[in-house]
Amino acid sequence: MTTVLASLNQALHRCLAENDLVFLLGEDVLDPYGGAFKVSRGLSSQYPGRVLTTPISEAGIVGVAAGMALRGMRPVVEIMFGDFLTLAADQIINHLAKYRWMYNEQVRVPVIIRTPMGGRRGYGPTHSQTLEKHFLGAPGLQVLAPTTAGNPGALLSSAILDAEDPTLFIENKLQYLEPVLDGENRGEFEIQELGETFSYRLTVNGAPPAVLTLAAYGYMADLARKAMLSLAYEDEIFTELVIPTRLAPLEISPILDSARKTGQLLVIEEGALTLGWGAEVLARLAETDRLHLRNCRRLAGKDTPIPASGPLEDATLPGVTDIQDTVRKMLQP
Amino acid sequence: MSIKTTQAPGKADHLEGAPENQAETWYRGMKRIRVFEETVLENFPRGIFFGTTHTYIGQEANAVGILSQLTPPDVVFSNHRCHGHFLAYGGSMHALFAELMGRATGVCGGRGGSQHLHWRNFYSNGIQGGIVPTATGMALAEKFRQTGAATVVFLGDGTLGEGVVYEALNMASLWQAPILFVLENNRIAQTTPINLAVAGSLTGRFSAFNIPVIELDSSDVQEIHPVAQTLLGEIRHGNGPQALVLHTCRFGPHSKGDDTRRSEELEQLRRTRDPVLIHAPRLDPERRAAIDAEVAQEVAGAFTRALADPYPNPLDEART
Ligand SMILES: Cc1ncc(C[n+]2csc(CCOP(=O)(O)OP(=O)(O)O)c2C)c(N)n1
Ligand SMILES: [Mg+2]
Repeated sequence: MTTVLASLNQALHRCLAENDLVFLLGEDVLDPYGGAFKVSRGLSSQYPGRVLTTPISEAGIVGVAAGMALRGMRPVVEIMFGDFLTLAADQIINHLAKYRWMYNEQVRVPVIIRTPMGGRRGYGPTHSQTLEKHFLGAPGLQVLAPTTAGNPGALLSSAILDAEDPTLFIENKLQYLEPVLDGENRGEFEIQELGETFSYRLTVNGAPPAVLTLAAYGYMADLARKAMLSLAYEDEIFTELVIPTRLAPLEISPILDSARKTGQLLVIEEGALTLGWGAEVLARLAETDRLHLRNCRRLAGKDTPIPASGPLEDATLPGVTDIQDTVRKMLQP
Repeated sequence: MSIKTTQAPGKADHLEGAPENQAETWYRGMKRIRVFEETVLENFPRGIFFGTTHTYIGQEANAVGILSQLTPPDVVFSNHRCHGHFLAYGGSMHALFAELMGRATGVCGGRGGSQHLHWRNFYSNGIQGGIVPTATGMALAEKFRQTGAATVVFLGDGTLGEGVVYEALNMASLWQAPILFVLENNRIAQTTPINLAVAGSLTGRFSAFNIPVIELDSSDVQEIHPVAQTLLGEIRHGNGPQALVLHTCRFGPHSKGDDTRRSEELEQLRRTRDPVLIHAPRLDPERRAAIDAEVAQEVAGAFTRALADPYPNPLDEART
């Protein structure tokens, strides 16, 4: 069994081994610590000259990485907590995401910024957020989120080795511990990779046709698939789950195709509800000609800061039972 | 003194007789910037330029003194006040006019405008301070790839208010980036005089990070050039980042017609601190007049050509 954490860590090892121009910059990334969530463990021992532990300067290191990329290198930046991306927002939006376009396609800026988002660990308001929605829709920026239904390490390594554009790689603190659903771990699920769309479709093995589409990414997709199983076994409600791994640029067709088939859609995200990813997904569907969905809903984090106390935090972020409840409600006659 | 120069268009030896000497080359370099910028300001009211502009009038000796000694692999990152840097680097005057006019033939095809240029190893961006980490990263990349290139980044006094500048200075020093920080202190930021926005020491900002710094109060290219040469030499010898604090004068408005300084103050600056006037007497008057005539012709030609160039096609844009 490979966890998401191991898959990402192995990918970083592979990338540093494969290409001398790959560099890693981040706070506290040196061994034996290997980064706050250990994704970078072992790298500084193996590639000492190319793994830089940095000052606490999120904007600065993202900017330095941009300069490296403009001059031919392929830097990877680890931002310790996703919450700290706000400090690098100017660099990301006004610098990294701009250079290629504003210099009239004369340059490329292949910087990969990896960072863990997400709550459910009691870290409180400034260390638990899911903030990528603020970066979706910045032209020139690619946003990826790995899934256990795919290959997290492969998604990361292809970005590091081949991406042409700056990329936010959104991880999740709890997803690190999830097993990747390869071969023997697939258990109850049938997983279909949807071609060039960076998306996956999950159904419960042997289930009848789905009556409702779930759409979720990252760790939320892991919670959604758990909800899917209980809905199937306890309520005999059969759903299918669409999991995009590229959030920007947004490829709507996998969600659209599934929703067209089932006629009902629930979009689930951990980030705060208002003006989030789900809002854009539903807007795209609303603008699609001749698509008549019976029912669409969003389930998301509350529009409040995230509390530290367990019971309060649970009530703030969407969980497995919230998904089940929402689906049941949507299906009530 | 032997110096290598980038091949600036218009810097060729058009003059009759002996080839252009260094004093003449510097003069031509500064004069090209001066006349270019005056032409921009004069013609702005005609509505032929998009957006705004920040002219380099009064600061020409900085760009020419420093950038005339770069070698082709060297890298330059400039800020909003980038026209002079771009021309001194060797960028095309016609392409710069065309960029300001939003033409397809502009430096960046009209996408960037006045503050967003890229050509060869020259880059600029209009976000104060944000370029400093980028430039630092570029210098580190050159160091890692062992190209021997030096990186030069320009910042103004007002930009010292941006925190990311200090993040970059810290990392440049920690990792010994081969970079020259040039602080062009014209004592004003838009309309804010330095005493209202910058506390403490200018040089201390660099020395606090163990970055050697030289301070120079001069508008004389002949004084600026050797100091920059010393600092670039340190960088090329692997002695890490260096800084140059250049006290200088902005003669023109911040952008257009937005100067809040007293006119007597400006006249006084123009009398005592004009880089072109300071340097002009070192040239043979006849050769100087010939350079003036050639520069006037070059600028007029570039301007007219750019004005006749086509706009980019929005349909092409939609396809990218
Ligand atoms: C982040 C940011 N804030 C504000 C501005 C607007 N602005 C452009 S130039 C400028 C003044 C800069 O002053 P200084 O750094 O001294 O450079 P100078 O204009 O004197 O060359 C300001 C405030 C900007 N471009 N970027
Ligand atoms: Mg200033």
